[in-house]
Amino acid sequence: MVERRPLATFLAHLVLILGIVVVAFPIWVTFVASTHHAKDIMTAPIPLWPGTQLIENYRTLLFDGLINPIAGGVPLWRMMTNSFIMAMIIALGKIFVSFIAAFAIVYFRFPFRMAVFWIIFMTLMLPVEVRIVPTFKVVADLGLLNSYAGLTIPLIASATATFLFRQFFLTVPDELAEAARIDGAGPVKFMKDILLPLSRTNLAALFVIMFTFGWNQYLWPLLMTTDRQYLTVVMGIQRMINVADTDPQWPLVMAAVILAMLPPVAVVLLMQRWFIKGLVETEK
Amino acid sequence: MEKRAVFRSSWLPLALVTPQLIITFVFFVWPASQALYQSVLLEDPFGLKSQFVWFDNFTALFRNRDYLESFNRTAVFSLLVAGFAMGLALLLAVMADRIIKGATGYKTMLVWPYAVAPAVAGALWVFMFNPRIGIVAYVMHSIGYDWNHQIRGQDAFALITIAAVWKQISYNFVFFLAGLQAIPRSLIEAAAIDGAGPAKRFWTIVFPLLSPTTFFLLVVNIVYAFFDTFGIVHATTSGGPAKATEILVYKVFNDGFIGLDLGASAAQSVILMFIVIVLTVVQFRYIERKVSY
Repeated sequence: MVERRPLATFLAHLVLILGIVVVAFPIWVTFVASTHHAKDIMTAPIPLWPGTQLIENYRTLLFDGLINPIAGGVPLWRMMTNSFIMAMIIALGKIFVSFIAAFAIVYFRFPFRMAVFWIIFMTLMLPVEVRIVPTFKVVADLGLLNSYAGLTIPLIASATATFLFRQFFLTVPDELAEAARIDGAGPVKFMKDILLPLSRTNLAALFVIMFTFGWNQYLWPLLMTTDRQYLTVVMGIQRMINVADTDPQWPLVMAAVILAMLPPVAVVLLMQRWFIKGLVETEK
Repeated sequence: MEKRAVFRSSWLPLALVTPQLIITFVFFVWPASQALYQSVLLEDPFGLKSQFVWFDNFTALFRNRDYLESFNRTAVFSLLVAGFAMGLALLLAVMADRIIKGATGYKTMLVWPYAVAPAVAGALWVFMFNPRIGIVAYVMHSIGYDWNHQIRGQDAFALITIAAVWKQISYNFVFFLAGLQAIPRSLIEAAAIDGAGPAKRFWTIVFPLLSPTTFFLLVVNIVYAFFDTFGIVHATTSGGPAKATEILVYKVFNDGFIGLDLGASAAQSVILMFIVIVLTVVQFRYIERKVSY
């Protein structure tokens, strides 16, 4: 800072700590609730210090699931696996499809190149939420309901990733492509052996964002899957909370919330540097 | 900007863009055109007969009190979410920008809610505010406010707003901090030498220079509040009580899938599509020009 103002610096720390406490407090309460016995979470005030049921609750949830009519019987590991498969296919699929499309748009001249570019741009303007019913119908007609293909393929087109790669390819020196061509490398070899390694940071940044995007999908899996076998963990939680006539089994539901947050939060925190870069750059 | 060095092949580029184009056509363009088409049809509930009705579905919507109320509610909701999420994030970012020691630690502790799914954020807050056992509801009861979002509409509305704001702060924080760190130190130092205090420096230098970021975030936050909050509403209040939290996206889903009113649902989709297109165009035009002083 430009001047020394100990009081202002102190205030800054104070505001930040307060901010962190407010942001993290719900997680603490949730975690604490997930370590108690159901009967301790029946009356207010609920405890604010972890209990003794941590291992027991998480074990029950992961391997047996909840006993309730709509989400019942599906162990959480199953939902976590579904979420993981969905997130990985979406993230890797988006990156792959966008990478090759951006390569074609930047490194080739072909008829309707700009038209292709604009069609890809249009996907930005058509989020699932505005075309729910007809998209559902298309997927149903293709027989993709209740399948991993139906869960992931419609989400794989990505304008943001294509734009990010395009921007990046435009900054790669032309000499590289020329040198590769003189040395006899074809376009596919150039893409694989030169462009791909150069794009490492962009790939990592996009992976973090797309993995989080995929893991956190809600509306789409909600429409796509009626079979419990394909429940994802984010949808599963909704079913655990909204039970008719009885109280939700709060400790187990809260354990599910913690487990549902863990993978995307871990990815974001472990890859924080790339994540922030990716976030700021994809939105440019 | 164009490349000088290009490869030559007639089939390869087309093969490379094909996957992206097929997905876009099948799952984006075609359904969107279907929504447009259905929005001018009146279909009976069994899908046996349909009749071309011009813009009747739209005029019916704008005469429908439920729809207008939902529209109004969504507007209020998105302004509240954008306002609070951006205001709090800006405050935190300005503070984090001041600090040299430990800045990374603070940043780490503030970015992670980005990764939490909206529906999961809803679950967190619905537990905090549960009228019987929730910790926040408990505190409110003890200070005399009888919080109950299962019965009182305004409480339910506050609940989804809080959950939506909580989740969005981290995103805005990342962008504001990046924006603040891009402001040249020399400008602020010059102002300090001229005798401007921190508050004056903020309002006359930092805030105006941050306006591209602010504007960009405003659009993103409105889009977020309009569309991405579906998970929060569906997982916590299901639009209730008495439609107090039925935002537009929830209504499209509800009318189309539960109510099976395809014409009305399609007309609502078309209106939402229009809103997204306007927001996207505004955002891109503005960002291309970049505000400069």
